[in-house]
Amino acid sequence: MYSEKVMDHFSNPRNVGEIPDADGIGEVGNPTCGDIMKIFIKVKDGVIDDIKFKTFGCGAAIATSSMVTELVKGKTIDEALKISNKTVAEALDGLPSKKMHCSNLAADALHKAIEDYRNRSKK
Amino acid sequence: MRSVYFDHSATTPVDKRVAAEMINCITGNFGNPSSIHAFGRRARMAVEEARERVAKGIGANPDEIVFTSGGTEADNIALEGAARANRERGNHIITCAVEHHAVLDICKTLEKDGFKITVLPVDACGMVHVEDVAGAVSEKTILITIMHANNEVGTIQPIPEIGRLARERGIIFHTDAVQSAGKIPVRVDELGVDLLSLSGHKIYGPKGIGALYIRSGTRWQPVSHGGGQERGQRAGTENVPGIVALGKAVELAAAELDEEAARLTRLRDKLIQQVTERISHVYLNGHPVNRVPNNINFSFQDVEGESLLLSLDREGIAASSGSACAAGAVEPSHVLTAMGVPPALAQSSLRITLGRENTEDDVDYLLAVLPPVIERLRSMAPKS
Amino acid sequence: MRRVYFDHSSTTPLDPAAAGEMAPYFTEFFGNPSSFHYFGRGVRKAVEEAREKVAGAIGADPREIVFTSGGTESVNMAIEGIAQANQKKGNHIITCAVEHHCSLNTCKSLAKKGFEVTFLPVDSYGMVSVDDIAAAITDRTVLINIMHANNEVGTIQPVAEIGRLARERGVYFHSDACTSFGRVPVNVDDLGVNLLSLSAHKIYGPKGAGALYLRKGTRWQPLFHGGAQERMRRSGTENVPAIIGFGKTAELAAAGLEHEITYLTGLRDKIIREVIGRFDNIRLTGHPEKRTPNLASFCFEFIEGESMLLHLDMQGVAASSGSACTSGSLEPSHVLTSMGIPPEVAHGSLLLTLGKNNTEEDVDYFLAVLPPIIERLRDMSPLCHYDHCEVEEDCITCTARK
Repeated sequence: MYSEKVMDHFSNPRNVGEIPDADGIGEVGNPTCGDIMKIFIKVKDGVIDDIKFKTFGCGAAIATSSMVTELVKGKTIDEALKISNKTVAEALDGLPSKKMHCSNLAADALHKAIEDYRNRSKK
Repeated sequence: MRSVYFDHSATTPVDKRVAAEMINCITGNFGNPSSIHAFGRRARMAVEEARERVAKGIGANPDEIVFTSGGTEADNIALEGAARANRERGNHIITCAVEHHAVLDICKTLEKDGFKITVLPVDACGMVHVEDVAGAVSEKTILITIMHANNEVGTIQPIPEIGRLARERGIIFHTDAVQSAGKIPVRVDELGVDLLSLSGHKIYGPKGIGALYIRSGTRWQPVSHGGGQERGQRAGTENVPGIVALGKAVELAAAELDEEAARLTRLRDKLIQQVTERISHVYLNGHPVNRVPNNINFSFQDVEGESLLLSLDREGIAASSGSACAAGAVEPSHVLTAMGVPPALAQSSLRITLGRENTEDDVDYLLAVLPPVIERLRSMAPKS
Repeated sequence: MRRVYFDHSSTTPLDPAAAGEMAPYFTEFFGNPSSFHYFGRGVRKAVEEAREKVAGAIGADPREIVFTSGGTESVNMAIEGIAQANQKKGNHIITCAVEHHCSLNTCKSLAKKGFEVTFLPVDSYGMVSVDDIAAAITDRTVLINIMHANNEVGTIQPVAEIGRLARERGVYFHSDACTSFGRVPVNVDDLGVNLLSLSAHKIYGPKGAGALYLRKGTRWQPLFHGGAQERMRRSGTENVPAIIGFGKTAELAAAGLEHEITYLTGLRDKIIREVIGRFDNIRLTGHPEKRTPNLASFCFEFIEGESMLLHLDMQGVAASSGSACTSGSLEPSHVLTSMGIPPEVAHGSLLLTLGKNNTEEDVDYFLAVLPPIIERLRDMSPLCHYDHCEVEEDCITCTARK
């Protein structure tokens, strides 16, 4: 059902946790649907310096969350914005089709976190 | 006593190679393929491998194969699913008089629900004419169902021609390939079919398993309701060992087709030639050339079919006088009747269907046993 | 790695005794039971013996047993066959919200065809009320369709009471006994059913076999059309080896039932006691007493079921979080939500179904590997952290606490 990469990120998720003084926080999903992802970012000189996540969800939800944190760590904000849910799924060697739309939301959470960071910077 | 099985159109023994894979699966791979744990994933893998084998055997894509509980279910859901899904386009279905009861009976049921059924006649060889099919097509025609090879007389229908016609007219085309699979090539594109039924136990696979091929894009709807198995197309926990066995059986049938067809044709033709030489007033039913390599169907004048079967059975020879399903029925075969065989001769038919384990010795044994049996029965019959 | 199979409501391993009896029917006694020659006759006899065994296990007459390809087909045949055959009398069917999908979806398809279907609610234990059924019956009611035991929470429905009611009111009664057969006593007269569905692969029999019990005199019509097998009630060549295997396991199930109930209840209660005792924010789902002896089902808050299953699977424990059919789906279980469990809690369901080969060591192993998994997933969860729940009373998920 899941690729080895998915199972690797599911069993050994990278960057689990919260950043108490995060520069931006993004949350997507709702518990009724069975998936919630929350991404915390720390930005330094336009680069994502640290990123952590917390996720309630299925194997795909946890693996995509973990993968997105790994993909963007050290990237610039502009580079991070180019990462889509599809990029994340591809980096995991694909996801089962029924998981593609519902549980593959980690990039959305990341984009929300960046939006939150930008809104805060404007103030 | 020697025991010879000549009733392979009724059912076949499971091939040892098929049985081995199946037993392996029964004992070592019992999971439910819908479960996500290791037991379930192993079962799922076995099911999908089998699906690929079946698809490959008939030149289809794996996602066009739906596993069923057998040929009857495949026929039932093929016709009912296509008819219901296309109801707003039309209500006319074309079939023919020599179809298996699984097809004829579901057509009758659909007729009660407001569908119009045209049952085409066949010629003296049991053959449907493409012109008749073309002539029956109307604006309202949504489905044509004509079997690939007949189960009683072995006649092979002009499926590719009907397939072309159906495609030109935009009509869904189903063929029951239960009797042709493993005997002659069955390739969905060459046949031009949208739906095709297969059965496991007619091709040295187990009973309780079959498959329906549904060409991708065909307007069809599921008939059973439940847990969403088979991509929502057929509900019920998958019969994993049966599916695995069907995969192996289809693979073997395809791999050994040419050689086996040649061998059976030789045995068949020897039997036909010798019986007609040695016994008088015998008629071959079905097409002289366009017939599956393992089917022989005779009518012996002044011999009653059941007493002939009983006499052969006492000599250790298992044959039949029609389809196994209707074997208990006293009515003459609807197939022979539709071919214009007079009732008396229809009642005196003998179907011999050869198979993988039959040898030339088996044929010689039958050739030795049959003439005296016929003679004895005829001597007992009142002179007409 | 140790492998523990706790998913016996999805399917069970084939009993070796049944496998042994089935084996010769593949290659040696392979005839078609409708053939009347030697090869067919012997097989016919074996099929009829299996029919007697299945009938004997549920207190029925062999002629009332129709072999099918499995539980789903039996249920489809039962509901559709009654509905279609009794249209002159009426078009109303009563069922309940926690039925298996094969029941619910057949009823829904009939509703689309113009039948009227009442889907009764259940209480927080998943139990349907006999009074609700009585109140729902009208002149037009032709069928009451209530399962014997639920496959996800194990709750045993008051089937005998429903049977009495159905008889009094002259309404046909079908019960899906796929989950209860082999776990609790199933006797068609005690239950008062007119139709009853059985599945072989849930009682250590083979996949691809099931049966429909059809009480003599029931007005019903077949679903499949074809070769007139099973006394015109189910067309298609009989799946002989599977039928033989089913007969054997039905016999074994009935004979071993008492022992099985005692043994599995002990294991089940240990799991329930230990799991409930060890974790906060967890609830037992289903009825505390009126449940099948082999089933323990829970909802863990703040955790999603699939992640739990994958972790358990990595430790060698095969469990489920609902019915196997829908285990790939993203919807929370319709059974749990019908019982009033909020969807976010229903997502954290864990279903353990024990079988005769499970041991106390299996249970202890499971109890040892579960806690770290729960802790790990809860640590990762952005939902209300269970440690914080004591203080954050307004947190949405806390309303679901036990």
